[in-house]
Amino acid sequence: MADTMAQQRGAQHGATSPGDDGEPRRDFLKLVAGSFAAVGVGAMAWPFIASMNPARDVLALSTTEVDLSPIAVGSAVTVVWRGKPVFVRNRTAEEVQAARAAPLSQLPDPQADQARVMRDPWLIVVGICTHLGCVPLGQKPTDPRGDYGGWFCPCHGSHYDTSGRIRKGPAPANLVVPEYAFTSDTQIRIG
Amino acid sequence: MAIGLHDSDFKNPVVRWIDARLPVFTMMQKEYGTFPTPRNFNYFWNFGALAMINLMIMIATGIFLAMHYTPHTTMAFDSVERIMRDVNYGWLLRYVHANGASMFFIVVYIHIWRGLWYGSYKAPRELLWMLGVVIFLLMMATAFMGYVLPWGQMSFWGATVITNLFSAIPLIGPDIVTWLWGGFSVDNPTLNRFYSLHYLLPFVIVGVVFLHVAALHITGSNNPLGIDPKGPQDTIPFHPYYTIKDSVGVVAYLVVFAILVFFMPNYLGHPDNYIPANPLVTPAHIVPEWYFLPYYAILRAVPDKLGGVVLMFASIAVLFVLPWLDTSPVRSMRFRPLAKWFLVLWGICFLVLMWAGGKPAEGTYVAIARVATFYYFLYFLVILPLLGRLERPLSLPESIARPVLRGGGPLPAGAAAQPMEKA
Repeated sequence: MADTMAQQRGAQHGATSPGDDGEPRRDFLKLVAGSFAAVGVGAMAWPFIASMNPARDVLALSTTEVDLSPIAVGSAVTVVWRGKPVFVRNRTAEEVQAARAAPLSQLPDPQADQARVMRDPWLIVVGICTHLGCVPLGQKPTDPRGDYGGWFCPCHGSHYDTSGRIRKGPAPANLVVPEYAFTSDTQIRIG
Repeated sequence: MAIGLHDSDFKNPVVRWIDARLPVFTMMQKEYGTFPTPRNFNYFWNFGALAMINLMIMIATGIFLAMHYTPHTTMAFDSVERIMRDVNYGWLLRYVHANGASMFFIVVYIHIWRGLWYGSYKAPRELLWMLGVVIFLLMMATAFMGYVLPWGQMSFWGATVITNLFSAIPLIGPDIVTWLWGGFSVDNPTLNRFYSLHYLLPFVIVGVVFLHVAALHITGSNNPLGIDPKGPQDTIPFHPYYTIKDSVGVVAYLVVFAILVFFMPNYLGHPDNYIPANPLVTPAHIVPEWYFLPYYAILRAVPDKLGGVVLMFASIAVLFVLPWLDTSPVRSMRFRPLAKWFLVLWGICFLVLMWAGGKPAEGTYVAIARVATFYYFLYFLVILPLLGRLERPLSLPESIARPVLRGGGPLPAGAAAQPMEKA
């Protein structure tokens, strides 16, 4: 039945050579037309989708300079980089010691403190909990700093240590170390 | 009658002229006038109509609020305060809109519960049910984005937490979040697109509601007995019987709505949302709006980030396959002596999750949420599939007109087996 119909259609279009029922040729045409349509729809959809990605002015605001000289040992400041808080902490010797003493095998996201800082006392991390994006507490001396002396996220109870590494709670990863560089001894540029 | 024109029954010449060319009057008469409807609805069957009315109230108040609102991070909060203080009746529009969202979820949760209790999701109404779940998802997206617009602390941090859920997706998660934000944090581009989508989605909901109702009018309504109407003696015309019954429900609904709006307009809100958004300070205790709390509790009950997100979405997704998980052919819980108690327990677990979601994520609250989450899924994935085989349902009544009453007593004289004139 299907064969007969195919033969009729093939005959109508005069597209068949004797003994060929026309189907492979028709399948090919359908496939090519369908593929072109799909690519065309995708090409037209792309500008709409891409328009929702960060615009050029948003991307342009991607570096922040920080003067480190007013930050006393043991204190911290919060600066804004790309609309996010960045914690800049001048750690005490004990805090650095505590961060380095922690055995890597006990860390959910193992990373040595040395790999997370450029100069010993200065810890620079994005102040956004890697769980669901809250800002952890611990920047002010009066804030709770969690069980490991770093930061504590009040939203869902993640504890970070003095290297900004996750130690306890639902967050899957350490606080992110942004790209930064020392432009002088007392100046950094983030981004 | 000219060829190609609809043969209209209407006498009024203007109505008849229109109806012959575009039979909207005939359609309304068929779908809402004479539409044969089971004669035994209880008040649970009001909630579809109530949801429809609620949707119209939300769209009406929303359109007028949009005339005064400014979707910009520096002005959004102040423009909402201006609506509250300076715009004529702005306070009324905003309180109706904000509490209308809560009323919408109350109504829809009862509507869904009705479906669960009386088995309205079973064949042949599977697609009708699935369209309803789609509406529910669209409602959640719309409500979430609407809550962001006032740009208070809860707006900002709610948006941050919820959009960050997508960062749990392996590999492409962070890129998706940046794309959703239009930047590197929740900021002005995010507010702008949420406003655009918050205006769009209600009209998408209208479209899906149309399909939901269209599907309903093919299968016909379920009813408290869960058995099919067997003839005209089992049905009554929608108008005037159910238009009037729905009207009674509408009055009760509006009383509750008015009490919320006029006497306790901020009862269901969170005071922190009257603090302007501050990207550098997270409030000590972030909670979503009450209607999201059960899912939030499920999210937090799992100690793993991806696992929590997956389970939260699965708690809604499981509803899509519910018609195939429930293997019992009996629809109404009235005739399922075991299943009804398991469903009651499920309902209690849902409320427990709602309560636990509003508490801090620590200690016993998490433990309780875990137990409730476990049962939430156990009911759908294990209990319902098994009960279809293990449970012995009570005997079903012969027809809607001759139900098996408690104690098997007869119907009041004249009520049974009287064929209705119209239907």
